[in-house]
Amino acid sequence: MTTRMLGAPVLRTEDPRLLRGEGRYLDDLGQGAYEVAIVRSPHAHARVLDIDVTGALDVDGVVAVYTYEDLPPRLRERLPVLIPHPALTAARTQHVLAAGEVNHVGEAVAMVVARDRYLAEDAANRIHVAYEPLPAVVGHERAASGQLLVHDDIPGNLAATLTQEIGDAPGRIAAAPNRLTFRLDIDRSASTPMETRGVHARWDADDQRLRVHSSTQTPTSVRAVVASYLELPLAQVECVAPDIGGGFGVKIVHPWPEELLVPWAARLLGHEVKFTEDRREHFISANHERGQVQFIDVGFDDDGRILGLDVRLLHDHGAYIPYGLIVPIITSTQLLGPYRITDYRVRFDSLYTNTVPVSPYRGAGRPQGCFAMERTMDRIARHLGLDRTLVRERNLIRPDEMPYDFGLTFQDGRPYAYDSGDFPASLAKLRELADWDGFPARRAAAEAAGRLLGIGMAAYVEGTGVGPYEGGHVQVETTGKVKVATGLSTQGQGHRTAFAQVVADALGVPFEDVEVVTGDTRRFAYAVGTFASRAAVMSGNAIHLAALKVREKALRIASEALEVDVEDLELVDGHVRVVGSPATSIPLGVLATMSNPLRYAFDASARIATQFASPGTTDRPPVAAGESPGLEGTDFYSPLRSTFANGMHAVEVEVDPETSDVRILRYSVVHDCGTLINPMIVEGQIMGGVAQGVGGALYEEMAYDEHGQLLNASFMDFLMPYASEVPAVAVDHLETPSPLNPLGIKGAGEAGVIPGSAALASAIEDAVGVGIDAMPLSPSRLHALRVAADHR
Amino acid sequence: MKPPPFAYHAPRSVEEALTLLAALDGAKVLAGGQSLVPLLNMRLAEPAALIDIGRIPGLDVLEVADGHVRIGAGVTHERLRRDDAVAAVQPLLRRALDLVAHPVIRNRGTTVGSVVHADPAAEMPAVVALLGGTLEVASVRGRRSIEAADLVRGPLESDVAPDELALELRVPVAAPGTGSAFVELSRRHGDYALAGVATEVAVDGGRIVGARATFIGVGTGTAVLDLSPAVAGRDAADLDVVDVAAAVAGFVEPQDDVHADAAYRRHLAGVLAGRAVRAAAADALARAGAGVR
Repeated sequence: MTTRMLGAPVLRTEDPRLLRGEGRYLDDLGQGAYEVAIVRSPHAHARVLDIDVTGALDVDGVVAVYTYEDLPPRLRERLPVLIPHPALTAARTQHVLAAGEVNHVGEAVAMVVARDRYLAEDAANRIHVAYEPLPAVVGHERAASGQLLVHDDIPGNLAATLTQEIGDAPGRIAAAPNRLTFRLDIDRSASTPMETRGVHARWDADDQRLRVHSSTQTPTSVRAVVASYLELPLAQVECVAPDIGGGFGVKIVHPWPEELLVPWAARLLGHEVKFTEDRREHFISANHERGQVQFIDVGFDDDGRILGLDVRLLHDHGAYIPYGLIVPIITSTQLLGPYRITDYRVRFDSLYTNTVPVSPYRGAGRPQGCFAMERTMDRIARHLGLDRTLVRERNLIRPDEMPYDFGLTFQDGRPYAYDSGDFPASLAKLRELADWDGFPARRAAAEAAGRLLGIGMAAYVEGTGVGPYEGGHVQVETTGKVKVATGLSTQGQGHRTAFAQVVADALGVPFEDVEVVTGDTRRFAYAVGTFASRAAVMSGNAIHLAALKVREKALRIASEALEVDVEDLELVDGHVRVVGSPATSIPLGVLATMSNPLRYAFDASARIATQFASPGTTDRPPVAAGESPGLEGTDFYSPLRSTFANGMHAVEVEVDPETSDVRILRYSVVHDCGTLINPMIVEGQIMGGVAQGVGGALYEEMAYDEHGQLLNASFMDFLMPYASEVPAVAVDHLETPSPLNPLGIKGAGEAGVIPGSAALASAIEDAVGVGIDAMPLSPSRLHALRVAADHR
Repeated sequence: MKPPPFAYHAPRSVEEALTLLAALDGAKVLAGGQSLVPLLNMRLAEPAALIDIGRIPGLDVLEVADGHVRIGAGVTHERLRRDDAVAAVQPLLRRALDLVAHPVIRNRGTTVGSVVHADPAAEMPAVVALLGGTLEVASVRGRRSIEAADLVRGPLESDVAPDELALELRVPVAAPGTGSAFVELSRRHGDYALAGVATEVAVDGGRIVGARATFIGVGTGTAVLDLSPAVAGRDAADLDVVDVAAAVAGFVEPQDDVHADAAYRRHLAGVLAGRAVRAAAADALARAGAGVR
């Protein structure tokens, strides 16, 4: 028997190539391309009075300089609001180049095309833009006050306000024996992938086709939007996502101004053009996330059961809102986590500020929601003097309540209903993995040595695998090798390995014989993209279904050739063979040849196939109605609704009593993403997520000053944690398969990051005995909190 | 993040380098490039010419001679850090270099370059200010020695003139009875410290007879704080409680920035100075016990 691949910790087939430096990232392409530099606004808010480009034109090697005035009409339109929503009543997006006004530092104002990036930057520095600075709106409070406006015609800086409600939260809270109200703050962070944004375009005058390479999480949509804004037939545009050095959400946004400007210039100039964003640009012109102020009002009984929860969110979405309300909607719903809360009201205001726009970054609003819920649980425990795990335990949804429908609407517009999970079992596993019950002894021993320890935990539920669909194409070539394509892109997830595992099982072929291509519209034209922890669920199942079609066809052809019933055939080691008579078999490659009636015998496979040519079938055409040549299949997977993964983290910290420096001693994760395709890849995803969670909790913030200048726009001052700051992670899995899809899988991509801030706040608070209401928490801030508490 | 145009020269001798430095306006010396190249890429520095001293023979001297550690302008942080003979006679160099950035940066960055760059957040200028010594510099006008105390004029400003080339740093070996320590707190491993302190403590007969400190990241430049009034006469083996915080708090002049506020930095400098004094005293006792005189 072929070994079952699903669930095996197979080494990633991607890695040897990437580790040898043979990856081809965006900037590796187009070595002869003209390069682009963008003139960006130094002001957070200003009117653009005049742009004088004459100095730039004198720079040797400059090919062209473009401002808004140079653009064709279609490119003068604002960028699209990708995801409209009825509540989004005042949506505003940017122009590809500023049209008279800039609204954040870093907004694109002019574009230089030159022989190389050095010259392009030289020229960009010689473009003089006359600005009339306007007051900047920075921070939730200033935005909410509405005294100063980001956009003159949007009062209150309010893009949207949305309330979701189940039961009677205010009534239950008012009647509850216990009530707490408090405020929480979470600062901004950002995806900051190792590879920044980039786009390369080539207009092929012979083929009359535009080929766009973009470091994107959604090549099919980039293709469509480029065709639309450049007014080209879709058939003349192709888009490929090459190797991508991380996305984490920021590359799902499209089109970036450069994604339209570069293809437009390439076609206009008849020459390859490339834009590779540099790190400073990335900080000020690629989107951020997180950033929320939360007001919590909770009522609960004397056992710690939540009776009513009322939450108000101020969500700072920056200068524009191209990605709609996805982030605050996710916060609003996913805030509830694994808890049975029947009376809930959540309201958010999505506010404009003169800062970089906000769109999903790994976790996409969930870390904020988890922070709100888990800080609430800790406060309830503290108020009642109960163990923090006990309070959570009492509020958990039980497995026999699954599927659990809250009665809310999720980000995909579908019911917010959990399909599977065993939260009490997860909590029991976590307590064991983290040795929660042994902590008091550890703390006492440390205290005796003058050391300060604390432990904390946080739980989350993550909606994954949002629709509407993904597709897969599986083809057995006449060599017996299997070629697989899916439209979504890959940013390091190991799709080529995981999807090959799925196909190897479905077709009974060796894993090594399966090759997967992602993110190339020439190979698969319909796709949504790689975000929202959806690739394994969506493309994994679509590829599985496509492979089953191929399997069915292979068995059918073999059945005719061998004159054996399909039920008596099996697919093993790349052959269809007769059960119980393994000597009677046909290689899949031969079946592929047989599937195509045109088979000149130019290879061994074709010569063998002729032995099985159907004898004298003159009563039907070579390709029967409804049939197609080739041993291949395409299928799509489209779920009714999202599937919900879940997990819990516990973290143990040591706080230096004198310096307030925090060290992580132990980090434990219990994770349930249903059926595991490749546990090693899932654990890698979790560890990467934990690293970003630690970053958001202790290190990363966007330090805007009151004028909207980002003070830490470099990796020297934006403190993404190094390997030296990220703890070893102990992972335990629980597998409660999703009933919603054939493979039973749930997404795993974002999980690790979600509870980081909540768990670390819990642990630090436990160590120092001072309430933690805001993240990230630097030693300086923790010191100030402790000093203030001492003086109280 | 691409540098503006500059002329590039790679002289093969000190004389050739000095001639270029004298002849070219706005030229900068390029050694390891770990500070200069980022400044170029961010266009915060726009020198007309770079004079790369990496191909000049003879700048790689690293030896202990005449009571000093001689460190040539071409010696990288990492080479200095790994040198056991140097660590034996002046352990503070290695202790500080352990905290300088990361291996990839130490493999290129030079210690002399760091001292001349005079970054108030960098470890090595503070070490040199504490230990004393001289920097040998040359120009077509001649050679001279700059005393450690005169080396740094202000943030990012050293006494080395635009037409001068630093050739060699000479740091005295540790005196008998002394111990040293470098203690800092950085947000991430290898980052510039929120605050840091280099300390040398002299011990005689088991009692502290002198203690001095320099700081990084707290606005003191390369000024030396004499901590002797706070700790002289104390038993070097019994320093569980060291109260230097008041002396340090009155000395440092930290500022708020995105990483920490001034109050925290002032507090931190006091805490770290206490730890450094304890560690340096223990070092002095250990070296005495090991027969290092």
